[in-house]
Amino acid sequence: MSVEPTTIEQSAPPPRHVAGPLLRIFPPGLYAGRASRLVERSMLAGRGAWLAILSGFFEPLFYLLSLGVAFGGMVGQLSAPGGAPIDYAAFIAPGLLAVSAMNGAVYDATFNIFFKLKHAKLYDAVLATPMGPLDVAIAEITWAVLRGGVYSAGFLCVMLGMGLITSPWALLALPAAVLVSFAFAAVGMAATTFIRSTQDFDFVQLAILPMALFSTTFFPLEVYPRAAQLLVQCLPLFHGVELMRGLSTGAVSWGLLGHVGYFVVMAGIGVVIATRRLERLLLK
Amino acid sequence: MTTRTSDAAPPTARASTGRASGFVPSVLLVLEGQWIWYRLNWRATLISSVLLPVLFLVAMGMGMGALVEPSEATRGLDYLVYLAPAMLVVGAVQTAAGEATYPVLSGFKWQKNFWAVTATPISPEQIACGKLLWIMLRLTFSGVAFLAVAALLGAVAGVGVLLSLVFAVLTGMALAAPVVAVAARMQGEGDGFNALFRFIVLPMMLFAGTFYPISRLPEPLQPIAWVAPLWHGTELARGAAFGTLAPLPTLGHLTYLIGLFLVGTVLSCRMFRKRLVV
Repeated sequence: MSVEPTTIEQSAPPPRHVAGPLLRIFPPGLYAGRASRLVERSMLAGRGAWLAILSGFFEPLFYLLSLGVAFGGMVGQLSAPGGAPIDYAAFIAPGLLAVSAMNGAVYDATFNIFFKLKHAKLYDAVLATPMGPLDVAIAEITWAVLRGGVYSAGFLCVMLGMGLITSPWALLALPAAVLVSFAFAAVGMAATTFIRSTQDFDFVQLAILPMALFSTTFFPLEVYPRAAQLLVQCLPLFHGVELMRGLSTGAVSWGLLGHVGYFVVMAGIGVVIATRRLERLLLK
Repeated sequence: MTTRTSDAAPPTARASTGRASGFVPSVLLVLEGQWIWYRLNWRATLISSVLLPVLFLVAMGMGMGALVEPSEATRGLDYLVYLAPAMLVVGAVQTAAGEATYPVLSGFKWQKNFWAVTATPISPEQIACGKLLWIMLRLTFSGVAFLAVAALLGAVAGVGVLLSLVFAVLTGMALAAPVVAVAARMQGEGDGFNALFRFIVLPMMLFAGTFYPISRLPEPLQPIAWVAPLWHGTELARGAAFGTLAPLPTLGHLTYLIGLFLVGTVLSCRMFRKRLVV
C-alpha cells in the first residue's frame, strides 16, 4: 500500500534568465499584470486620509497667493521665456506647478511606501499573491502620479481663474505635470528602498526643499553666477519648471522636448532600480 | 553600637519613595534624559533645524531678494538683511512645531518613555515642563547655529540679533506650549499634525509678515497676522536687529507671546496629568 507523500514537493527554483537584455531587466515572474489591483487598494485605504491628501493642493496655492500676489508688488515685471514682460505671479505659478507635481509624487513615494514596506509589511502580503515586485512598483508609482495629476489639474484651474495662463499650450501642462510626477515618483520609490530608518527622511527633505528653492521657481536663472547656473541646469526640477513655464506662457519650441527626454530617462532608470531593489528586499 | 546601625540605614531607600527632590531638580532630570537621547541622534536635526532655514535664507534673501530694490517696505535695507531676523523666527517656529508634535505623541504612544518616567517619583507636570524646557534649549542651539551662518553670509545687521534670538525662542515656545498640550491629547497616529503644518505653520510663514510687511496684504487678511504668534515674533526680532523697538508695541507683542506660552504650559501640565495618571 503506497502512502501519498505528506510534504508538498518544493517547487524548483526559477531558472536563471540568461536571455536578452530586456528579460534581464524584467525577468518573467516579476510582473503579473495586476498592478491595478494595488492602485484600487490605495484608493480604498486613502479614503480615511482624505484631509492629508487634499491638503497637498493648498501648499502651492498659499505660496502663489502670498509671494505671487502680495510680494509680487515689490518686484515689478520679469521677462518670460519668449522675452515678453510677465507679472511676478505669472512667473512663479508654473514653477509652483512643477514643484507641487514633484512634492506630491515624492512624499507619496517615500514616506508612504517606507511605512508600507517596513512597518505595515504590505508588500510581503502582496507578494504572497500572484503579483510580483514590478506590479508593486508600477502600482505605487501610478498612485503617486494620480495624486500629483489631481493636484496639478486643480492648480491649473486656479491659474486659469487668476488669469495667469496666456496660451492654449497650457493644456499640455497637465500631461507634462504627470510626466514630472512619474519621474520623481519612480526615483523616489527607488530611493525609498535604500532608506534604513525614519531618520533618513531628512535626506529626502534635503534633496527636495533646496531643489524647490533653487530651480528658478522664485527667481530667474540670470540671478546666479555662471558656475551656479550650470549646476542648477542639471537639477531635474529645473527642467520641470522650464517645461511648465514654456507651456503656460506659450513660448513653445523643439527645445522643450529635451526637457521631456530628461524625465523619460529619469523615469525609466527609477522604475528599473525600484523593481530590482524591491525584488532583492522582498524575494531574497 | 545601636546608634551606629541607625546611622547606616541606606539613605537611598528614603529618596526613592514619594517625591524625592524639588520640582526643578526633577525637571532637570527629564531634561537630562532628553539630552542623552539627543547626543546620539543630533545629526539629523542639523539638517531640518539649521541647514534648511539657512537655505531658505539664501534662496529667498539672495535669489528672490535680487529682484527687490531696498525701499520703504524693506525699511531701506538690503532684502537679505531685512529677511534674516524673520527667518530666524520662522526657523524657531518650525523647529518648535516639529519638536512639539510627533516626539510628544511618541512619548505616550510609540516609545512610551513618558510612561516609564511616570513610574519614577517624577510627576507628569515635571515631565511636561522638562519637555518644554528641552524644546527651549533646542531652539536656542539651532538659533545660534543659524545666526552664525547668517553672519558669515553678511545677513546680520549688528549685535542686536542676539536679542532677536531671545524673541525667536520666545515665539517658538508660544507656539510649542499649546501644541504640546494638543499632542498630549492626541489618540490617533498623528494625522492631525499634517493639518497643523499645512494650515497653521506654513500660512503663518507666508502671510504673517515674513517676506514683506503685512500692510501689503489685502485688508481683510491683515487680522489673520495679528493672531499669529509668528507676526509678533517677527516684529520684535526685526525691531531688535535694526534697533527700532518702540516701548508700547514691544510690550504688546511680549504680553501676547508670554501669555500664549504660559497658557500653553498650564494646559500641557494638565493634559500630561490626565493622560498619565487619571
